[in-house]
Amino acid sequence: MDAQQQPNQAKQESSEQNRVDYWKANLNLTLTLLAIWFIAGYVLSIILAPVLNNITFLGGPLGFWIAQNGAIYVFVLLILVYCIRMNSLDEEFNVDE
Amino acid sequence: MDSQFFITLAFVVVTFSIYIGIAIWSRVSTTSGFYVAGQGVPAVFNGMATAANWMSAASFLSMAGLIALARNGFDGAIYLLGWTGGYVLLALLLAPYLRKFGKYTVPAFVGDRYESNAARLVAAICVIVISYVYVIGQIRGVGIAFSRFLQVDIAVGLFIGMFIVALYAVLGGMKGITWTQVAQYTALIIAYIIPAVGIGSTLTGNPIPQLSFMDIAGQLNQIQEDLGFGPYTSPFNSLSPLNVFLITMSLMCGTAGLPHVIVRFYTARSVKGARWTGFWALFFIALLYTTAPAIAAFAKYNLIETVSNAPYDQVPEWFTTWEGTGLLSFNDLNGDGLIQYVAGPENELSVNNDILVLANPEIANLPEWVVGFVVAGGLAAALSTASGLLLVIASSISHDIYKTFINKDASEQNELLVARIGVVVGVVASGIAGLNPPGFVGEVVAFAFGLAAASFFPTIVLGIFDKRTNRTGAVAGMSTGLIFTSIYIITAAPGMMGMGPWLFDISPQGIGTIGMLLNFIVTLVVSRQTAAPSAEMQAFVENIRYPRTASASD
Repeated sequence: MDAQQQPNQAKQESSEQNRVDYWKANLNLTLTLLAIWFIAGYVLSIILAPVLNNITFLGGPLGFWIAQNGAIYVFVLLILVYCIRMNSLDEEFNVDE
Repeated sequence: MDSQFFITLAFVVVTFSIYIGIAIWSRVSTTSGFYVAGQGVPAVFNGMATAANWMSAASFLSMAGLIALARNGFDGAIYLLGWTGGYVLLALLLAPYLRKFGKYTVPAFVGDRYESNAARLVAAICVIVISYVYVIGQIRGVGIAFSRFLQVDIAVGLFIGMFIVALYAVLGGMKGITWTQVAQYTALIIAYIIPAVGIGSTLTGNPIPQLSFMDIAGQLNQIQEDLGFGPYTSPFNSLSPLNVFLITMSLMCGTAGLPHVIVRFYTARSVKGARWTGFWALFFIALLYTTAPAIAAFAKYNLIETVSNAPYDQVPEWFTTWEGTGLLSFNDLNGDGLIQYVAGPENELSVNNDILVLANPEIANLPEWVVGFVVAGGLAAALSTASGLLLVIASSISHDIYKTFINKDASEQNELLVARIGVVVGVVASGIAGLNPPGFVGEVVAFAFGLAAASFFPTIVLGIFDKRTNRTGAVAGMSTGLIFTSIYIITAAPGMMGMGPWLFDISPQGIGTIGMLLNFIVTLVVSRQTAAPSAEMQAFVENIRYPRTASASD
């Protein structure tokens, strides 16, 4: 009995640990991407815009381009990276549907 | 009846026939089909439908004008950033988890997570009010587009629009709406991009508006300076840095908290599908949103080049046509017969934000069929958003109120019938309001984002990410956010009590961000001062966090 229960219990613990690790990896990824979201959408687009406007890009000021176009491209890429990374995390941690 | 009339009519008839065809093809007979399209929509099409659902008459017709005229260039970024950045929050913080939750409505999540039917009822009422106010503007837009371009009475235009939306929403529910929205997205994106490519090529020789508009924006700086407007590409011409920050944040978090946006993710096939829906949605939205600043810059440039210091008796035909609508007006203050378009009291020309996109092809002398396409695109934008909103209203009535409170044992057929009646009631009620729009509607739509940011967004995010958040905390936080934000808007917004922005000069449009922070703080603190949620609730949250449902066989 004991010999049978032992590996079973170990497996359950590891699967519990596995779930905790998955959630941590998820939070890490989410927070990293949100940090980039904030930098693109607020720091570069708004806070630093007056400074970045001194640089010329595509024939106009860079700060203006980031605020009206560049940041949107970053947003699209952020979700793309999230989809690819999360879907592979699901498989890695064996929690996919 | 000129050739323009017949070309526009042809475009409208063809697109509307397609919508009706889809409605007949996609009839449904189950509540799951009606509420969430049977959760069987592939991610690319779901993303397209989400994009059409999201981009309303305001995005299509008004945004470029808001950027170019009301915000004088740079500051228009509040809309561009706010209405796209919100999708990052949706995709990362809400979509996969709400799809895993798998029920049909936003109030259902609030009610289940916080174990409270009262919370569910309050959420359902918020959903109905926000969506109803929002839909009136859409139906009204349909009526105006018909009356301007097809020379019918606004009431007739309203009736045609209402009939079409009711037809496919009643027959096909979410399934009919989703596939119609895919067709509507196609119509509206082509209609938006064609004039931008045409005008951009003429002005700069470069057919890609996203690349060529920077050059025109740079040139506008000098031109605007000569006329006394602030430089087009400089920030903070129309808003303080703090307000640009707060309004952008409020629009982003509000986007992520709007029920008709969130519900789209329930229709995905799986958690993976919900993630990809988020990506495709923003991809398709970005096609329009990265083109909008180009249209804004081109239109402003062409407008100034055409009318500035031009003799009034030689203005082009479009100028006279739009003068007839009252949306463009010239007042020769100094009596010299020339149009002075400048900043300050000597200005003689006023241009309504909403006409820029519609007038743009005419200003740039593009062929008549382009105008026809733009009108059909504007109608597609308004109809797709209206149908999505009506479905949310109908499902809140039938699922959150009727099935939960009035008739708990309602059969599926019974619930479905109530949902269909809900659509019809919603269409008729918004049609009546669209005919005689109450003055507050425009104001309230502008503030819907702040209210959604201060209420639903923190409550749902914490419901997923913080197991310790309990009912008392959530109710206290949501009430604080809603009450604070509403009071500030009512006291400070123009056209209401008119006290002006009394808190650190914060614009009423940006106050939702402060309301949201208060909601987060109050929810977290109160939850930790009161009893932890039950073990079942911890398991409920746990279940949402993992795509695979834990079962005994695992």
